[in-house]
Amino acid sequence: MNTGQIISGAGHIAVIGWILFGGMLPDRELEFDVTQVTAVSSEEYADIIARSNSPEETSEIAPPAAPEVPQDSPDLTSEADEPLAAPQPEAAPEAAPDPAPTAPPAAPQADVSPEAPVIEPPSEDMAALLPDSAARPQQRPAERVAPQQVEAPEPDTAVDDVVREEAVPDEAPSEIVREEAEATAPEAAATEIVTEADEAAPLNSVRPRTRPQQLRPAPEEQPAPEPETQTAAADPAPAPATDTSSVEDALAAALGGASAPADTPAPSINAGPPLTAGEKDGLRVAVQSCWNTGSLSSDALQTTVTVSFEMSEDARPIEATVRMLDSTGGTEGSAQQAYEAARRAIIRCGARGFGLPAEKYASWRNVELTFNPENMRIK
Amino acid sequence: MMARFTALMALLLTALTALPATAQNGPLRLEITEGVIEPLPFAVPVFVATGNGAQAAQDISNLIAADLSGTGLFREIPASAHISRITSFSSPVQFADWKAVNAQALVTGSVDVDASGGLTVQFRVWDVYAGQELGSGQQFVGTAQGWRRIAHKIADQVYSRITGEGGYFDSRVVYVSETGPKDQRAKRLAIMDYDGANASYLTDSSSLVLAPRFSPSGDRILYTSYASGFPKIYVLDVASVSRRQLPTQDATMSFAPRFGPDGQTVVYSLEAGGNTDIYTMNVGSGASTRLTSAPSIETAPSFSPDGRQIVFESDRSGRNHLYIMSASGGEAQRISNGDGNYGTPIWSPRGDLVAFTKQLQGRFHIGVMRTDGSEERLLTASFLDEGPTWAPNGRVIMFHRETQGADGQAALYSVDITGRNLRRVPTASGASDPSWSPLQ
Repeated sequence: MNTGQIISGAGHIAVIGWILFGGMLPDRELEFDVTQVTAVSSEEYADIIARSNSPEETSEIAPPAAPEVPQDSPDLTSEADEPLAAPQPEAAPEAAPDPAPTAPPAAPQADVSPEAPVIEPPSEDMAALLPDSAARPQQRPAERVAPQQVEAPEPDTAVDDVVREEAVPDEAPSEIVREEAEATAPEAAATEIVTEADEAAPLNSVRPRTRPQQLRPAPEEQPAPEPETQTAAADPAPAPATDTSSVEDALAAALGGASAPADTPAPSINAGPPLTAGEKDGLRVAVQSCWNTGSLSSDALQTTVTVSFEMSEDARPIEATVRMLDSTGGTEGSAQQAYEAARRAIIRCGARGFGLPAEKYASWRNVELTFNPENMRIK
Repeated sequence: MMARFTALMALLLTALTALPATAQNGPLRLEITEGVIEPLPFAVPVFVATGNGAQAAQDISNLIAADLSGTGLFREIPASAHISRITSFSSPVQFADWKAVNAQALVTGSVDVDASGGLTVQFRVWDVYAGQELGSGQQFVGTAQGWRRIAHKIADQVYSRITGEGGYFDSRVVYVSETGPKDQRAKRLAIMDYDGANASYLTDSSSLVLAPRFSPSGDRILYTSYASGFPKIYVLDVASVSRRQLPTQDATMSFAPRFGPDGQTVVYSLEAGGNTDIYTMNVGSGASTRLTSAPSIETAPSFSPDGRQIVFESDRSGRNHLYIMSASGGEAQRISNGDGNYGTPIWSPRGDLVAFTKQLQGRFHIGVMRTDGSEERLLTASFLDEGPTWAPNGRVIMFHRETQGADGQAALYSVDITGRNLRRVPTASGASDPSWSPLQ
């Protein structure tokens, strides 16, 4: 065995050993976040909360001084009001048989000067009125960050025990060459910290934007296009607002009337995001719970009816719109019985609303329900 | 790796969320395939009384409500829950008040009894949730003594307008009244309203009577009597209570008669020489025609509503089963296929079902099956249930049930063809073998 083989063997053994016992083992611990916590007692915690919620000390605020009336106040043209005398009831005159209508008396003229009074601006030291609202608890003092760097204060002078020679600066001090830095925006900082409590709360919440109804942009050559509706024709001609015929046509088209042009594409009755399967099941289960077939005849239980209706925005069926669209499998009389049972189910269970999402109103405004009693027949 | 997977999933979710929702065109369409089976709530406020009609108004209102509630298809809203008071028959109905008490149907009416005892009843039926009248107002005129029939007729109208099928309240039942111990039981024919009221006897108890059957018009009754020592068939006129025996061969037993739909043909069983077969007879001429000639026992025949077929029971297969043959005889088709013994079949007035008695494993059942033997359903089970008869509308079956033991009594029961609403029909004494009349 020569030296090369020994070295090779030793090397292989070392590599294999490193793979088995070195490389396979994790060489570092798993990382994990460490958060420093301090245990406090419940009493301390309550004390902290109490201090943060309410100020410990209260001080009375002196009432503001009355504002100084400027000496050169404008002359008021109107005299001071005199106390009003209590109106004395007058005896009602006897009613004339048929009093002729007379013009109402002229309104009294207001005692107003033609020139507007000049009011000087208040002096600077005028006291500000405090708001009537209750004093808010004071905020905890927060650190303020200045926008510019401030020089560090000089340290206190201390006498050193060791006497040192006075350092003499070099005669030709080297100039510090600073690299040119690109202009950067100042750091986002302010002289005061404005908290949310100091900001005025918005009066109205921002509503989410609705899906644009008009997917295709309006042609640019129309300077002032009228807002398109679903019932408008594909290329509506600009019409004056007083043109009632176009309005009637649009209404007729919306109601499915025959007066709409034949080439006008039929607008979709419901356009909007569809209901989810769960929302549809919710409506289905609600109607099923009121569909009572116990009093239906055998013939009516052989009849499938399709009923349509409209719903208001609170998801209640509009009773006047409930009607039977179609019936199969029975006589006219049995269809009527089946329809009445279906109508009762819709109106009765819809009286409190079906609880459908309001933002999808367009999807469930018009509903068609097919009542199939196949599973309800006497077997 | 995990971080990449998480980032990929987040990206996928974001993409899915950003996908535009598919716009829905047309109305929302759903199919309702399941419902509930429960009594329909209704209200019958006391009819407005004029003249001397206060008591009649109360009685008629109560009976209408009882008729409807007794079907099991309706549930009365008690008067104590009513919000509205009907003070005038012509006043508009405050539907909101009736919706508030969940009344889905409303019956209003007025009753007037004049000085001579004349009774005038008006009524209307309202669909509360539709806010409109079902049908149109109607008026019945009679005598104050006949207030029950008028109330039953109004109930029939209400039932018909809501369910879409005919009622059965203005009908009667003939049955065998039974008194005395089981070994010395006296039997006689009795007739009553369908609800047990106005019961009266048609025969005395001097001879044994069996199996009374109404004619299609309800004016006559066929029954079997042992007055001559042999069971013979008699026909009884209900109005005059007069009777006569139908002509049959001497020294034979004839029994189990039923009218055909024409009211002139009677189908019955005749035992001669130890063999029982089915015959038909013309009531007017007395001419008989033999329909079966098998060595087995064929009995309990019943015509189909159209008169073209007859269903009967036979033991020709070794056990009692149900068979259907032409009304003129010929080859019979067995329709029952289950275990046990089948008997006393009767064809439904609608023509779609056959009711029967079934004995299985020591218990008796009343059941129904389609005319081809399919969809057999047993509606009852007891020690002894027997003798089904159909209500005029084919929705209810009446039968008699006998309790076990030496002191066992027979009583009449009714049950819906769904198997629900099993009720005992009140009778003054024991009762068996009911036969339901058509609507009067």
